[in-house]
Amino acid sequence: MSKESVLIRMQEVIKDILDLDQLELNRELTAQDIDGWDSLAHINIVVGIEREFKCKFSLAEVKKLKCIGDFVDLIETKQ
Amino acid sequence: MGKEGSEYTQNLFQYPLSFDALLRNRKKIKKELLSKDGLIEKRIAILGGSTTNELKNLLDLILLTRGIKGVFYESEYNMYYEEIMFSNQKLTEFKPQLIYLFSSVVNLRYFPLNSNDNMAELLESEFSKYKSLWDKVRQEFNCPIIQNNFDPPKYRPNGNLDSYSMNGNCLFINKLNIKFAEEAQSREDLYLCDINWLAYKIGSEKWHDFSKWYSYKYAVGIEAMPYLANNVASIISTIYGKSSKCLVLDLDNTIWGGVIGDDGVEGLEIGVETPLGEAYRELQSYILMLKKRGVLLAIASKNDREKAIEGIEHPENLIKLKDLTNIQSNWERKDLNILKIAKLLNISTDSLVFLDDNPTEREIVMSSLPEVSVPNLGDDVLTFLSTLDMSGLFEPISISKEDLARNEMYKANAMRAESENSITNYSDFLISLNMNAEIHQFKKPYFDRIAQLTNKTNQFNLTTKRCTINEIIEISQDKNNYITLQGKLKDKFGDNGVVALISAKVERNSAYIELLLMSCRVIKRGMEDAMLNVLFQKASDLGIEKIYGSYIETKKNNMVKDFYKDRGFLKCHNNINCEGASWMIDVACYTPKQHFIRVENCE
Repeated sequence: MSKESVLIRMQEVIKDILDLDQLELNRELTAQDIDGWDSLAHINIVVGIEREFKCKFSLAEVKKLKCIGDFVDLIETKQ
Repeated sequence: MGKEGSEYTQNLFQYPLSFDALLRNRKKIKKELLSKDGLIEKRIAILGGSTTNELKNLLDLILLTRGIKGVFYESEYNMYYEEIMFSNQKLTEFKPQLIYLFSSVVNLRYFPLNSNDNMAELLESEFSKYKSLWDKVRQEFNCPIIQNNFDPPKYRPNGNLDSYSMNGNCLFINKLNIKFAEEAQSREDLYLCDINWLAYKIGSEKWHDFSKWYSYKYAVGIEAMPYLANNVASIISTIYGKSSKCLVLDLDNTIWGGVIGDDGVEGLEIGVETPLGEAYRELQSYILMLKKRGVLLAIASKNDREKAIEGIEHPENLIKLKDLTNIQSNWERKDLNILKIAKLLNISTDSLVFLDDNPTEREIVMSSLPEVSVPNLGDDVLTFLSTLDMSGLFEPISISKEDLARNEMYKANAMRAESENSITNYSDFLISLNMNAEIHQFKKPYFDRIAQLTNKTNQFNLTTKRCTINEIIEISQDKNNYITLQGKLKDKFGDNGVVALISAKVERNSAYIELLLMSCRVIKRGMEDAMLNVLFQKASDLGIEKIYGSYIETKKNNMVKDFYKDRGFLKCHNNINCEGASWMIDVACYTPKQHFIRVENCE
């Protein structure tokens, strides 16, 4: 799966969870840049992404996630 | 049927819950649920020994589906003891109408035990902590308390000894749970939420999700939380009188295996002779336990009434006629029959639960009567019992004598006269099914299925002509003398496969229908008219002027006795090509019947 399509699928998950229909992701965005992405939403976003891509992230992997690009690269290693 | 959104929500909130939808679409769902009428508002304080935010969000949604709008207060993280015992001002100002004490195995102070500890003392010490909380709540708020008991420990450092050694973790928890149970028996304001059983049911891997505990202090795994929220919502619904009262059952393939109209009473699978029969028997035995504590039972089945009764009287059937408040067995739509049941019993439709193995029937009921609970049973009897059990729809608070006597009382009420009910538009429902049919002449690789249909179909079958596969192949090739049609029907739930057949013999400018049948699983969907319209189109293309048909009565095909009459055929007696009462129509006089199926591929 290309990084581009990972990004698009991720965008759908986050749109749903945060109820942001207009959201457009790019690799550089961080949680601070996105409305409603607080620590509680973060849990659901991580779980939502794990389920969307049928993979599990370890504690160490989750800790390293700083921006959208980090998610995309990590998901790619799991496919 | 309402707009797309509400349809989606109704499906979503039928038990079992879709974890993904709850995770991803909850904000949209909540907006929609809040627009429901007649919600009752309750102030609920969740006082937790671990992070409760997610649990609160889920509980909020599930309570809304049960007609309760929660206004929530959450304690600071792990401050459930302090906030109650030291009269936290915010909590006091909130004036809770119900308090949920969310503690679990992670909150046990004296746990795990050291070998020198005295278990009895530790138990007393732990128990008295909770008892003082309950007493303080009574004194301060005088409101119902829902209290978790304790889930099993995450580990067994002493292995099996943990279940019986005097310093065993499991033994300690079991004893503490018994003390909670004894206290709850004697207090009217204390309701236990049995997370000990829930953890077992959901499984330790999902229940104790270590990653979510270490990272976010969720004492219960995120995938287990919807089940916990549903369990708590069931208790709350019951406290506010919102639990269900009546279980409406389908018959064929729901409480017994097989279709009585087709298989006959001797063909039903019920009882200990077959594995499937055993499964249905256990389900029936569970349903009778519900009945014993006051749940009303009724039948909504698509069958001739006599057939339904014949099935219920099957000697291996555990549910007997006397157990049923009333039986609606006919060929009417099930939503109408369910309304009739509610009227007869004089209870509101939101206290009904409907069990049916057929997703289409469930959909009809959900869309016309969104207030009826329709658990998503699936189509495998092996899961029916667990789904019904975990739904929590019949959660009792206590079991009183009135409950036990209730069935008799309602049964008497149900003897009153019945009246017709009107309902939302059935056409809208059919449109929403998004049906597509492929109708064409008999062809490979369906010959086997076609022969099987002619041999198995008994009810919607005008001539009950049985055919071998060779006969089917023969008429399919004899294109000068036969028109053959097979119909496949798909809808949004999936492909029903080949479900309808017509074959007609052509002689000069006339066609004689020899075979016209349809599988029971698609009755009342308009498929028969889609088929007939194609037949008339073909006949007209071939220059045929008259079509003859006959109804040959059997014990089982009463439902189609007026089939031709209803479609404008005229009765005639001089037709030697068909036996039975015969019908005729001029092709030019036929008006295609309206239906809501898109027809494809008819060459």
